[in-house]
This record gives sequence, structure tokens and C-alpha cells, in this order.
Amino acid sequence: MDLAFFSVQLLNGLQYGLLLFLIASGLTLIFGIMGIINLAHGAMYMIGAYLVYDLTLRLGNFWLAILVAIPIAIALGLIIERLFLDTLYKRDHLYQVLLTFGLILVLNEAQRIIWGGDVHRVAVPAPFDASIQLTDNLQYSVYRLFVMGVCLALAGVIYWVMRHTRLGIIIRAGAVNRDMVEGLGINVRTLFTLIFSVGVALTAFAGMIAAPLTSIAPGMGDSILITCFVVVVIGGIGSIKGAFWGAIIIGMATTFGAVLIPSLASMVIYLIMAAVLLVKPRGLFA
Amino acid sequence: MLHRYPKRVAFIMLVLTALVAAFPLWGEAVFGNQANFMLEKLTLMLILALFAMSLDLLVGIVGLVSLGHALFFGLGAYTLALASPDFSPASMWWMLPLVMGVSACVALIVGVLVIRTKGIFFIMTTLAFGQMLYYFISTSQFAGGTDGVFIMFRPSLALGERTLVDLDNPYSFFYFCLGMLLLGYFFLRWLTRSYFGQVLDGIHDNEHRMQALGYATSGYKLVAFVIAGVMAAVAGMLAAMQYGFANPAQLGWHTSGEVLMMLILGGMGTIFGPILGAFAYEILLYLYEHATTHWPILMGLTIIAAVLVLPRGIAGLIIAPPWRRKRQTASEAVSEKENASIATSAQPVTQRKEN
Repeated sequence: MDLAFFSVQLLNGLQYGLLLFLIASGLTLIFGIMGIINLAHGAMYMIGAYLVYDLTLRLGNFWLAILVAIPIAIALGLIIERLFLDTLYKRDHLYQVLLTFGLILVLNEAQRIIWGGDVHRVAVPAPFDASIQLTDNLQYSVYRLFVMGVCLALAGVIYWVMRHTRLGIIIRAGAVNRDMVEGLGINVRTLFTLIFSVGVALTAFAGMIAAPLTSIAPGMGDSILITCFVVVVIGGIGSIKGAFWGAIIIGMATTFGAVLIPSLASMVIYLIMAAVLLVKPRGLFA
Repeated sequence: MLHRYPKRVAFIMLVLTALVAAFPLWGEAVFGNQANFMLEKLTLMLILALFAMSLDLLVGIVGLVSLGHALFFGLGAYTLALASPDFSPASMWWMLPLVMGVSACVALIVGVLVIRTKGIFFIMTTLAFGQMLYYFISTSQFAGGTDGVFIMFRPSLALGERTLVDLDNPYSFFYFCLGMLLLGYFFLRWLTRSYFGQVLDGIHDNEHRMQALGYATSGYKLVAFVIAGVMAAVAGMLAAMQYGFANPAQLGWHTSGEVLMMLILGGMGTIFGPILGAFAYEILLYLYEHATTHWPILMGLTIIAAVLVLPRGIAGLIIAPPWRRKRQTASEAVSEKENASIATSAQPVTQRKEN
């Protein structure tokens, strides 16, 4: 493996990891603050991708499609939270697992009804549909670099909100002691709705910007969900920092695993998870 | 949560068991030429009931919500498929111990890792380990990848030259599965009422208290995890015999979700509930599949409705029917609450048996 090839893999791993972070951060926020395990999180990623595919066809512009799709995703999050999750906060995780599993079945099938079972693609949008020449025979897509930049910027925003704003203080306090925060006069109910919508929007957005890089297919949400669970378990539940480093580790492991040990590639991330569980059962950053 | 149920529970279960056991007598009259198809469905329900019951030991009795139980179901299926000789039937006498041994070893390894985690972590790690085996099998050469493995011959159950039960015959296989289910049921009933089961019950109520009382709770949980895994593997083996193949879908997390659904539909923590749940789920599935090609939407809505409206499942309806609950006077409710709080308080396990 020469240096150029190595650096391409490094960039790919970084890009995949940053994308995973967007999804996993929503998952870990929703669990950390609300105590809800949301299996339908992956389905939201899929819906984001399909929304952009559909709207790009209708509107003829990828960027416009994203602008329209984001409010739709937020609205969907609001509806789900108000309709279903409201009753689950005080109940056992088992019921959350089952209800959100039911949601997956409904959302996956709704996707089939609306968009069918075919695999779709979205063209890489201008002005990023170019590639950079790394060496004579190695190129790198500008769009991938753009995705990396967006993910990093969002990670920065999340970090800033959590560390330096009043909302961030409330969220962090809520993760430690929900009752106390409520006792101090914060409307936890509204906070939950906000967190869930933001979490869902982050995931759906990840699906949207990933759409030109992947094939959009039924069930694409299921595999990403389980990968994100591994990320969250490695990083520690409820920890944004953990989600970030967990995602980078998994992104790198997946990319290099596929190149170096193809026969075991699909198992590498689970082996890492098993190793982390042996050493730190509560995750690296919990 | 000591397992003393009203008499009607035993009565209803006995009647249902008799009805199922007598299917060869009434099946043809009701279903006509579809009777053989229905017998196969019924056999599958018995197998899935055993599978759901094994999960009840984890979820309902110990309080460990596993979202990777299909790992053991699929493991049982693949052990049978890969260990069966190509051109002759295997003998049940070594196949059954092999399936149980392999699954016990895997359950021990996975269990040691996942028992270290609690609550939501347990859900995520069991799911991840289930998917690990799923990806391993579906990308492997030796196990046929995504196509799975066909089983040419069902194992035979013979003593010397004499066949004890002809497992190729659908009727005998049906009774064999019914026997395995009853065996599993009485084993779990005995287990939950034993000293070991009482400790598991205590762990469910308050693990810290059990630790303070001097119980090494991790060990108890691990043993329960292994027992549940072995039972699920036996169910998986029976399912592979019934289908005639082992397929990665049997390992996938959708199967884990479905069996959890059977558990909640039937009523967890009751041992007999999951049996009802498996039957109810399969009957609903059959009806939905015939009603529309988009049946997952109906199934998804059913799951959501069950969680919101019927959290204690069918068993909850039988144990405490809603029309009886209404007639209960306030004083009865209070005394029942007191009983419940006594039952869950930290009494030595030996005394609780008298309750």
C-alpha cells in the first residue's frame, strides 16, 4: 500500500466516520437526555435519503431539495414524539424497543409503498461534481471533502451549543438529573420534543448529504442503525464526545478492514466492540 | 411475582393443549384439503412458542431485554445444517447434544461479554453480537452465504435398528415438537420455582439488594443466559428441520424483534404467555399476509397498539380480566398492594416460598 492509496483510504474512513457521527449523535442525545432507545433512528436516515432523491427529481436541484426536506424531517420527528413516545418515558426499555421496532416496520413499508423496492441514485450536485488529482492515477471526489467539512462544522456547532449556551447547560443537566431540572422550572416536556426533533433532523440530514455517495435502497436504515449502536456502545451512551471518537474509530476500522482483511471486514467493528466491552463495559468516554 | 395463577389459567391452557394435540382428528373436517398445510403451520407455531418461551426466561424472569436472541435460534439451525451428513440422516442422539453443546459454548462466550452491561447497553450489545454472527454467516463460503444451507435428511430418532419416532412423517414430527414444547414448559416452570429461579426473580426486582445479600448475581444471570440460549438453539434446530434449510434470516435482528413481539403479545414473565403470543403472532401474520402485500404496516401498527394498550399481553387478560378488575373494591386493591410490597421486600429467599 503506497502513501497515496493509504491517504485516500484515510480520507474515506474519516468521511464515513464523520457521517456516522451525525447519526450516532442524534441517537446518543435522544438516549442520554430522554432515556429513549429509538430503533427507528435508522429509518429516519433512509427517509432523509429518499426525500432528497424524490425532491431532487421534482425540483431539479439538490440543494433546494435539501432545504425543503429538512422541515419535513423535523415535522416527522415532532409527530412521532407527540403521538407515540409521549406515553413511553416512564416505561421500561422493552416497550420502547418494541414500539420503535413497530415504527420501523411501518416506515420501511411506507417507503416501499411510496418509492417502491428499486435501488436509486442521486447525481453528485454542482459545484462539487469534480475531483482532485492526488497522484497520476488517484483522484478524490470534491463532494466527499464537502461532506467532511459539513459534518465537522455541525460537530463544532453541537460542541458549541452543548458547552457554551444556556440550552447546552440544560441538556447536560437533564442528562444527569431530569427531575432536578424540572424542579428548577425548566419545561422538560418541550425540551424533549426539541431534542427528539433535532436528533431526527440530524439523522435525516446525514441521509440527505450521503445520498449522492451511496445507493438509495430499501432497508438501508437497518444496517446503519446497528453500526451506530456499535458506535454508541464504544463511545459511551449519552456522550457526544464518545459518539465522535467512536464514529471515527468505526469509520476507519470499516474502511481499512475492507482493504486489509476483506474476509473478516463485516465482523471487524463487532470485534472492536467486544474488545471495548471487555476493557470498559460502559464505553470509552462514559 | 410468584407464579400462582388463578385456576382458569391452567384450565384454558389444558383445553388449548388438548385442542392442538387433537388437531389430526379435527383438522381435516375444518380445513379440508388444506389440513396438511395447517399442520405444518401449527408445527411451526409450536417451535416458535418454544423459542419465545426461552426468551421469557431472560426478559420476563431476569429482566434482561435481549435483542439478539435470534443468534441462538439461527445457531441451532446452522449447527444442524452443517453437521448433517449429505447422503444419510444424522442421529438425533448425537445431533441434539451437539446443538446444545455448541449453543452453550457460544452463549457462554457472548454471555460473559454482554452480562457486563446493563439496561440499554445490554439491548445494544446483544443486538450487535447477533448481527456479528449474521454478517459472518451471510458472507461465509462454508455456510452458503445469503442462500443458506439445505438439509437433505431430517435426523432420525432410532434405538438400534428400530425407529422410535419417524421425524419425516409430518404427524409424528408435530407430536415430537409438541413434546419438546411441553418439556421446555415444565422445565422452565420447575426452574422458576426452584431456589435458582427465586434468585433470578430477586435480581429482576432489585439486583443491588441481591448483591448486598451476598449473591454473585452475574453468575446467576450468565447461567440463565446460557439456558435461554440452549433452549432457543433447540427451537432453531427444530425450525430448520421443519423448513428443510438454514437461512441467514433466521439469525437476523428482525427475527429477534419478532420473538420479542410474541413475548409481549402473550405476556412476559408468565412462561405460558409466550406460547399464546407465538400462536397469536403467527395467526395474525397469516391473516395479514393474505389480506395485503403491505402486511408489515399492519404488523407494525399491531405492535404499536399492543405496547400502548396491552402491555401485559394475553396472559395479563387471562390472569386479571378487565371486567374483574373494575369490580375490585378499593380495600381489596390496597391489601393487594401491601401483599405486593411484602413480596418484593428483602426477605430471605427461603421464606418467600411460603407466600
